[in-house]
Amino acid sequence: MYFNEEFETLPRPALEAIQLKRLKSVIERVYENVPFYRRRFDAHGLNPGSVTGLPDLQKFPFTTKQDMRESYPYALFSAPMEDIIRIHASSGTTGKPTVVGYTGKDIETWSELMARSFVSAGVHRGDIIHNAYGYGLFTGGLGAHYGAERLGASVIPVSGGNTKKQIMIMQDFGSTVLTCTPSYSLFLAEAASEEGVDFRNFRLRVGILGAEPWSEAMRAEIESKLNISALDIYGLSEIMGPGVAIECIIGKRGLHIWEDHFIPEIINPESGERVGEGEQGELVITTITKQGIPLIRYRTRDITSITYEPCACGRTHARIARMSGRSDDMLIIRGVNVFPSQIESILIGIEGVEPHYLLIVDRKDNLDTLEVQVEIDEQLFSDEIKVLQRLSQRIEREMKDMLGITCTVRLVEPKSIRRSEGKAVRVVDNRKL
Amino acid sequence: MKVEQLSIFIENKSGRLAEITALLGDTGINIRALSLADTSDFGILRLIVDNVETAKSVLKNHGFTLNKTEVVAVEVPDHPGGLSNILRALDTENVNVEYMYAFVEQCGGNAVIVFRFDDTDNAIEVLKRRQFSLLSGERLYSM
Repeated sequence: MYFNEEFETLPRPALEAIQLKRLKSVIERVYENVPFYRRRFDAHGLNPGSVTGLPDLQKFPFTTKQDMRESYPYALFSAPMEDIIRIHASSGTTGKPTVVGYTGKDIETWSELMARSFVSAGVHRGDIIHNAYGYGLFTGGLGAHYGAERLGASVIPVSGGNTKKQIMIMQDFGSTVLTCTPSYSLFLAEAASEEGVDFRNFRLRVGILGAEPWSEAMRAEIESKLNISALDIYGLSEIMGPGVAIECIIGKRGLHIWEDHFIPEIINPESGERVGEGEQGELVITTITKQGIPLIRYRTRDITSITYEPCACGRTHARIARMSGRSDDMLIIRGVNVFPSQIESILIGIEGVEPHYLLIVDRKDNLDTLEVQVEIDEQLFSDEIKVLQRLSQRIEREMKDMLGITCTVRLVEPKSIRRSEGKAVRVVDNRKL
Repeated sequence: MKVEQLSIFIENKSGRLAEITALLGDTGINIRALSLADTSDFGILRLIVDNVETAKSVLKNHGFTLNKTEVVAVEVPDHPGGLSNILRALDTENVNVEYMYAFVEQCGGNAVIVFRFDDTDNAIEVLKRRQFSLLSGERLYSM
């Protein structure tokens, strides 16, 4: 079953011909419309004429999250503002988010790719999709929603939170498909069992889970506790949102990346050189049809590998492996992207000093937890308990306000945070995925 | 009439108190009074010792976070209502007590209570005006 059979099963040569045509066109558009890219390309002696074949893409410089931050909010947009019909944003490292804009055509493309993803997961018209991704600046909620409508399934825009109500709705409305983060799916199942409700009796058939790292072990647990097929979906707001790549329910090995819209490359994060098929490296994506904010060779920082081997499902698009890590220090906590540097800037902002800190990430009852340990030096120390407690509470509140994540602060003695070669270890991730 | 007190930040980990007392003991420092305020994660150990500067440098050299705070030591008649008289007087004069604890030794038949006030100077003036007997640091450290 396909949503767009012609494009999803294009023979490789035809697919590559389309990629080349679209690559030329996007290079031309950004060179024309985005001063950042014109400057970059000129500096490398490149112009739209430099692309004669797909391998030429390797000559082009990478685009990074840092470039996006420096272009805040709209400087990387390639389409005029009057053509932008939607704006999303993801958290940034200094309180400033990364902003993306979509034209009407972009929303259409996104909806189609998300609809393709649903069908690839075995979802069809008549399914009732319980969409528990957050609606808002985060792309998860609306991305899945538009795809579901495009497919013609019934979508329940339940969004995140209010777990008890979610369980009631899922049971009473007869939801057949669940879209949320993998950890939230387990949280739902356990909350239900505490209420004496057995998820395995629900009509739920498929979970389309993403926006945070997970593992095969977690898949097995989800599938048994929820009695569903659990599939991995990949996306990031910079590139589009959910639906950039997804596992198919037939193969269930690797995520098909929609190559008629994205050109994936896997590089060595140190050297920037491409690695071979099947080798691990950082995923780099070029968006070849996007109009609002096309990105050339965007470094996702996600570590994976790619295979072009044919898949049992018949789709000819390459498959990337489940993400196995990051090539930077970004943490994904309950679906929220957090950099240690963001937390550092909050701490500096609070007392004007730069304390030693340690982030301890764990997963308890299937929800990510974050503990921030802060070393108490003489500048922070007070003889009064209440002053120290106020400090903890203030850090917790600012973390919630600035980053949208709940954490607990623990004040610790000086030098109790391990230093390696004089540099503090900033993150301990105890999550067993 | 102010008395110097050391306040030390300690995590709620086993052995921390023992470590501090051993450090002080090995240096020949005598603890005259102490109080421990604690939360689930950390505590503050407050000490009055016979040699503040030495104690401070020893603990600092061993990586403890500490500061010196000023407290007031007041003689309290050792009979029912003795402490109550002082607290009532402070309350009448709107002097806030941050915390307080009792001294181990008696002073000529009187108990000694250590007070930490939010406004130490004002508290001293009030206590003196009301004829309460305050103890100097020198007196206290050598008791």
